[in-house]
Amino acid sequence: MSGFIKSLVPQEYDRREILRYAGVREATSDVEALLEECLKECDGIFSYKVCYVELERESFPDFLKDYERLKGCERAVIFVATVGIGIDRLIKKHSVSSPSKALMLQAIGAERIESLCDSFCNGYENATPRFSPGYARLELDAQRKIFSLLDPERSIGVTLNTSLLMSPSKSVSAIFGIRSKK
Amino acid sequence: MTVLEYIKNNVTFLDGGMGTLLQKSGLGIGELPERLNLTHPDAIKNIHLDYFNEGSNIVCTNTFGANTLKFPLDELDKIVCAAVKNANDARLESSGSQDKWIALDIGPSGKMLKPYGDLDFEEAVGVFAETVRLGVKYGVDLIVIETMNDSYETKAALLAAKENSDLPIFVTNAYGEDGKLMTGADPASMIALLEGMGADAIGVNCSLGPKALKPIVREYLKYSSLPVIMKPNAGIPRSVDGKTVFDVLPEEFAEDVAELIGEGVGIAGGCCGTTPEYIKALVSSAKGLSHIPVTEKNYTCVSSYTHAVFFDKEPILIGERINPTGKKRFKEALRENDVNYILNEGISEQESGCHILDVNVGLPEIDETALLTRVTSELQAIVDLPLQLDTTSVEALESALRRYNGKAMINSVNGKRESMEAVFPLAKKYGGLVVALTLDENGIPTTAEERVAIAEKIIEEAKKYGISKKDIIVDPLALTVSADNNAAVETLRAVKMLREGLGVHTSLGVSNVSFGLPERELVTSSFFTLALGQGLSAAIMNPHSLEMRKAYHSYLALAGLDESCGKYIEFATSIPKAVESTATVSQKSEEEYKSELQRAIIKGLREDSAKITAELLKTSAPLDIVQSEIIPALDVVGVGFENKTVYLPSLLMSAEAAKSAFEVIKTAVPKDKTSNKATVIIATVKGDIHDIGKNIVKLLLENYGFNTIDLGRDVPAEEVVKAVKEYNASIVGLSALMTTTVPAMEETIKLLRERAPECRVIVGGAVLTQEYADMIGADKYAKDAMEAVRWAEKIDS
Repeated sequence: MSGFIKSLVPQEYDRREILRYAGVREATSDVEALLEECLKECDGIFSYKVCYVELERESFPDFLKDYERLKGCERAVIFVATVGIGIDRLIKKHSVSSPSKALMLQAIGAERIESLCDSFCNGYENATPRFSPGYARLELDAQRKIFSLLDPERSIGVTLNTSLLMSPSKSVSAIFGIRSKK
Repeated sequence: MTVLEYIKNNVTFLDGGMGTLLQKSGLGIGELPERLNLTHPDAIKNIHLDYFNEGSNIVCTNTFGANTLKFPLDELDKIVCAAVKNANDARLESSGSQDKWIALDIGPSGKMLKPYGDLDFEEAVGVFAETVRLGVKYGVDLIVIETMNDSYETKAALLAAKENSDLPIFVTNAYGEDGKLMTGADPASMIALLEGMGADAIGVNCSLGPKALKPIVREYLKYSSLPVIMKPNAGIPRSVDGKTVFDVLPEEFAEDVAELIGEGVGIAGGCCGTTPEYIKALVSSAKGLSHIPVTEKNYTCVSSYTHAVFFDKEPILIGERINPTGKKRFKEALRENDVNYILNEGISEQESGCHILDVNVGLPEIDETALLTRVTSELQAIVDLPLQLDTTSVEALESALRRYNGKAMINSVNGKRESMEAVFPLAKKYGGLVVALTLDENGIPTTAEERVAIAEKIIEEAKKYGISKKDIIVDPLALTVSADNNAAVETLRAVKMLREGLGVHTSLGVSNVSFGLPERELVTSSFFTLALGQGLSAAIMNPHSLEMRKAYHSYLALAGLDESCGKYIEFATSIPKAVESTATVSQKSEEEYKSELQRAIIKGLREDSAKITAELLKTSAPLDIVQSEIIPALDVVGVGFENKTVYLPSLLMSAEAAKSAFEVIKTAVPKDKTSNKATVIIATVKGDIHDIGKNIVKLLLENYGFNTIDLGRDVPAEEVVKAVKEYNASIVGLSALMTTTVPAMEETIKLLRERAPECRVIVGGAVLTQEYADMIGADKYAKDAMEAVRWAEKIDS
């Protein structure tokens, strides 16, 4: 079995959010200049992709059947999203030449992937928040199950390493439920 | 007839999708499809049979994911055995009268290769090798490597197939809508890599429908001297009422693919969503189309993981800065295994606009094989320029070529028998563009004619190894004009004779010519211009040299290679700016800063702090600059960070500015130890690949004068202990970002306590807390980089 693929473009950059990821509460002009320079370098490097399945309750995989956060949901969506490997390369390059840029790029990548997930999830009405393996009482091993269900290696190039980390690093795997309308 | 003979003269049909059909028949849900070879052999055989009956010449075994990462070896053996049998049974049973072959199907490993994933390149080769050996054992006719979305993994699979079989090998890659592989390669770069390594047919499959694949396939037809394969999806899968639907129907699919067969595609089939019906339609649409024979293309090129660089009219600049010759600071970096220093050279060469990087890390006292391999691996991960591997060690060359993600430039072979016998087999096996130096057992001949004769001899010899002339680039050798008045003249004549008479491309290390003369750049750049005028294709040069860039840009304009002189104007108008910025530095030192250098560091101005330091060095002792300027400035920022008035990015910008000041001091006074502080070993523990935090700590420790040895990420406990002993380190810094890798940290500390009990251990990372750190027996937990530095200072005092 494999998931469907969607190419999405998330919202514009949220600069405040990026700075928050970078640990900055009040940006000086130097830091703002750094951010703008990094954003310029990010031009065209993102490749936003989501691989997903929508499931009715009767076809929920075992690890979701009794998952409390999906109580009352007749449907669920399982997805893996990624912004591609370009940002990983850029981060790696700057961790050699400029750690401050690497840090800022890290923050940009984090903002991008979260924004992509938001755009994807916002396409569904009555959706619960999204839950990822290792959080919200969803076992970490659910990661493996999501991957065998969606086969995102083939469709969007997201792979798992032995510590269950994803490559490209700016990728998210998650599930959410869709509440029945009342 | 063998399959290779057949594809030479016939349009050849592959099969279509497998997974979609299995899903439809209700098989394969929640089960690895490769196991179905054993559990449902008839279902698999019948799919193959349908394809053969509809006209496929080649069917692929149901072994897409059959590898040792997913199955234990004994089960894998059974799976491949059954898969080949299923296909063979179908072949025997089929009523089709066409020629039929069975291909061992190999898909991606499902893992990303290092450094972006955790699968080592050689491990990947090993994984594919097991599957290949089983395919050979059970008697397949050929190997199909398919759906590869990473050039590096494609290389690993092809290498494994080559090293473990004599079978024909087809390779197809999966391109995205942007016309690139997921990891960035464009068609020209893949073609360069695959042709170089000796694939038998190459092309595209999966990910897109036939219409979207057309422009990519046309790129293949343009550049490939091998038969081209096209195997599209039936469009893109959509969900309709919970069912998977593909939006391209058999007739439309067949028409589109047939159009490309008409343009030269020799081997065609279908991928996801296609069924025997699609193949039937394809075979019928292609009826009446005659096979277009493949022509030899005459491109000379090298490639990186993203793109190919072609040697044509526009001269190619090869950066010479990664080379220890005559560079004290570079030699020091090599001896200290300071790979980052080397990587930074590469990054700045790229910024200066060169097209290829020459990589030479040879020093008598270092392990060149290990270092060249490491530098190649790390450089190609962060710089997207092709590399020219520059070494006299055959062992180092092979090791680096193997790891190289693309088609490398090989520097060099010469007319000596020994050299050709060593280099050509490697060029044949791994691919590459070989630089041929026109010297032989008798040395460097004086005249152009004699040098051309050596070039001819080398080209003839290369042919015997199956290396064509287009993969040889001749370097007729620039000699020192101050030693021999006619040196430049003969070289220039040779360039012209080689290009016009022999029809090969040429390259020169131009800097040599001016050796021993004052104002060398002037002579070098003039020689460069003259050589370009004679038809020189490439130069190994210093890309930071303004004179060389001037020569290059004006040549492009004069040679009609710069439309409306646009690039020249852009370049020329950027020159005065570069001069101005040096002048402005010293003007406005603000009151609130104790000195210009302190201001530059506190404000995080890298270039300024380097320039000011260079000025200061003329009047002050290096140690004084460190003690009374750099460290106090860092302290101002450090205190701000601790008081939360300065945030991490600003702290880092200052640290980088300080580092660039240190760099100037080191270059000027390489022997002078600017501090006598402790040696610190720093690493991200095994299983963990996060290194941003670790790099920050490293940078700050270096700023404060600690001799910091960075072991990188995913570092086993033994390696940490080994490094502690080797460098006589008194402090170890370990980083872990995930709960799952904290045990590896604990294990590392345990081993350190056993074997290096005098060493102190500091830990940090997102998941760590004081309690955790105590539990695993660390000496210190630091919540951030500043705290780590403060502790190290205390321990060391």
